[in-house]
Amino acid sequence: MSIDSTDRQIIAATQAGLPLVPQPYRAVAQELGLDESELCERLRLMQDSGIIRRIAVAPNHYALGMVANGMSVWDIEDTRVTDLGARVGALDYVSHCYERPRALPDWPYNLFAMIHGSDRDEVESKRQEVATLLGGACRGHDILYSTRILKKTGLRLRSKEVR
Amino acid sequence: MTLDSIDRLILNHLQEGFPITPDPFLVVAQDLGLDEADLLARLERMKTERIITRFGPFFDAEAMGGAFCLCAMTVPQADFETVMTKVNARPEVAHNYERSHPLNMWFVLATETAAEIETVANSLERETGLRVLRFPKLQEFFIRFRVAA
Repeated sequence: MSIDSTDRQIIAATQAGLPLVPQPYRAVAQELGLDESELCERLRLMQDSGIIRRIAVAPNHYALGMVANGMSVWDIEDTRVTDLGARVGALDYVSHCYERPRALPDWPYNLFAMIHGSDRDEVESKRQEVATLLGGACRGHDILYSTRILKKTGLRLRSKEVR
Repeated sequence: MTLDSIDRLILNHLQEGFPITPDPFLVVAQDLGLDEADLLARLERMKTERIITRFGPFFDAEAMGGAFCLCAMTVPQADFETVMTKVNARPEVAHNYERSHPLNMWFVLATETAAEIETVANSLERETGLRVLRFPKLQEFFIRFRVAA
């Protein structure tokens, strides 16, 4: 699906969040000079095509006690990575699950999965659960903990039409 | 702030999704057996108290256009601050973390086009004299990540 300038306006108007009012879509539509029904139809189309992953609450992990995380990395047989990556991504303590290229000889790992827990021990025990799930198709794994945030900026929406 | 069982119910429920319909809070309130005004007041409070980071549509940044690439470098400890300053100075560097591994600096490049990823990474290599390993995503797996509230 390609998005047009109206979709981009909708993205820009909602990427900070929906207003907490009884009719949030009507409020956004009014701000943009659109009909509520058109706004909702465009949101549905973007959701169906995956441009909107979901409309939901993102809780603050830290405030809810999920203060530890590590970037787990796995060397999975190429023929198994699609199937096993999907199973790792489906675990409720995993975020950011991707197949990425290896960089041999320094880096043999092709599956990346962020594992979250309430402390380092919990992250380690979940890592063992993932290792068990992967079984013999996994030839090696590691986990990298962040020791310092060096830079953190939000990804900015580009205002120009890209596709 | 303390969360009661209703706050937790709301957080767990709304991580699953939110309807696209004229009165979505009313629909959610009825699903949960709550009053719409109470639901809105609780969400407002949790947002103010930063229990809720964000509430609304989550967009796929790549589908909106643009290119992203996870990169990593092995930076000698003695040069770490100098290299960090050079890397962070680039507006294309969105996040940068020090990690516990010989590959100790991990950052995300965000550019308009895939070609620009290469340009920026190559120029960082020239500027630092260090290799910039590139780990573009080949496949993204569907995430069911939830924080139990």
